[in-house]
Amino acid sequence: MTENHIVTAHQLVKSFGEITAVDGVSFTIERGESFGFLGPNGAGKTSTMRMMSAVSQPTSGSLSILGLDPRTDGPTIRNRLGVVPQEDTLELELSVRLNLEMFGRYFDLSRRTVRERANELLEFTQLSERANDKVDDLSGGMKRRLTIARALINRPEVLILDEPTTGLDPQARHLLWERLYRLKREGVTLVITTHYMDEAEQLCDRLVVMDHGTIVAEGAPRELIARHSTREVVELRFGTDSHEHLHDALAPLAERVELLPDRVLLYVDDGDEALREVHAQGLTPDSALVRRSSLEDVFLRLTGRTLVD
Amino acid sequence: MSTSLDQALGGPRWRRSWSYHATFYAQTWRGSVVSSVLFPIFYLAALGVGVGHLVSAHTGLVQGQTYLHFIAPSLLATSTMQMGEGESLWPVLAAVKWIRTYHAAAATPLEPEDILYGKLAWVVSRAFVTGVVYTIIIGCFGALHSWWSLTLPLLGALIALAFAAPLVAFAARSQSDASFIVIYRFAFVPMFLFSATFYPVSAYPSSMRPLVQFVPLYHGVALARAAAFGEGSPSAVLAHLAVLVVMSLAGIAWGRRTLRHRLVD
Repeated sequence: MTENHIVTAHQLVKSFGEITAVDGVSFTIERGESFGFLGPNGAGKTSTMRMMSAVSQPTSGSLSILGLDPRTDGPTIRNRLGVVPQEDTLELELSVRLNLEMFGRYFDLSRRTVRERANELLEFTQLSERANDKVDDLSGGMKRRLTIARALINRPEVLILDEPTTGLDPQARHLLWERLYRLKREGVTLVITTHYMDEAEQLCDRLVVMDHGTIVAEGAPRELIARHSTREVVELRFGTDSHEHLHDALAPLAERVELLPDRVLLYVDDGDEALREVHAQGLTPDSALVRRSSLEDVFLRLTGRTLVD
Repeated sequence: MSTSLDQALGGPRWRRSWSYHATFYAQTWRGSVVSSVLFPIFYLAALGVGVGHLVSAHTGLVQGQTYLHFIAPSLLATSTMQMGEGESLWPVLAAVKWIRTYHAAAATPLEPEDILYGKLAWVVSRAFVTGVVYTIIIGCFGALHSWWSLTLPLLGALIALAFAAPLVAFAARSQSDASFIVIYRFAFVPMFLFSATFYPVSAYPSSMRPLVQFVPLYHGVALARAAAFGEGSPSAVLAHLAVLVVMSLAGIAWGRRTLRHRLVD
């Protein structure tokens, strides 16, 4: 076990009675990287995250966090982690500043240290002007940033974020991503769960794709796309309920064809060329879009389902 | 589960949770403090002086005391019970389900037990301070007859704990507050009315007395009277104390299980 391994999980299982939420996952997270768990809701991401946060105990398998055993060293591990849960869990009646300062008490930081850090973190999350306002009055994006600031009050080595941008508008998301890049540049290891493939592509150096409690693929986003998909994708919409009858005509034009309820996907190296061939076949889609392959396509390939239903 | 490092740095971790509650209260106390001083004064003035006037006209003294003096100690017992209830049901359900602040705390070095002990320690300290205020007010009405009265704030703290501990445990395993309203209507209100709060247990027919003595608050009321009047046999006092201590310990043991299950399983 080297110092560079932040988390090492081997055959990790988490069961709740009859239900197995996490079913034998193994992965390693390196210091300083940004590591993602991509998968649909219910894939076991949050349960995995709770185990990595040294909050819930694995049912079986081995798990090492910061070189320590969460079964025996939970408090010591958590002292060095920052956790941003899916819901904000802030004290709505209290001020922005007080939310930070009171949370600092849980880490036994002195009042003075907490006050200094609160100022820095308010600056960092661009909340200084709202420091004395009640949390209840903040926008969703501001609450999220405050939750991140709160998770940083103990200067954690690892920041674990569960669905960090769910429910935020695009502008708020981009601001948040930008702050997370900054943290990564400062050397904080980021662990992110998300069901947004664009978020995973933007933020993660490396990720695992989860489905039904298991890991179905692992690698860098570009690497996964190269391995499991083609360079480009042609999306065709025909305005019909069934696309089965198109399969024979389209199959020769692409490496792979996906017939979804609302659209047809052609996996090809050259999208424009493929589209010309579609038209040459006498087919007239209502709309056609050529795009680069994404993690969404990787997920579809591996599981036969789309990420966000 | 605590490590020696944590112990060396900050003493027991539950103190951090206590400090969180205390800071929170320091921000929000203004509303409650006025009522907690005015309420006992109104109560003693209305019931003690008003109803007391009728009682003395009809029956004279109650167990050797004027009616006002008789009910004053039970005010302390019922108020600290209500404080224990108020801190325990809705605030705890909010912390484990609605706002999930206990989940946030569980992601810090605190263990579920630290969160529980910090919460209960806070209830105990708040009840103690309430007990001091009430003892002073009761004293101003001239209703304290013994040096044992000095133990009233401690007794108030024990009463609050005896109710808060099982209620925190119950709230920590609840999914909604529907049952809380039932508990209030069918447990707390009857307990407030029928625990020999306003009249001695001898007012009931002898067949009903064991029923009253089964009610937890009755023991708190009996102890408060014993302290204020400096009377009561040691064996009776110990028995009343034992009931409250057992309730506290059982509640803590139950709460350790329910809170751990809720937060970390």
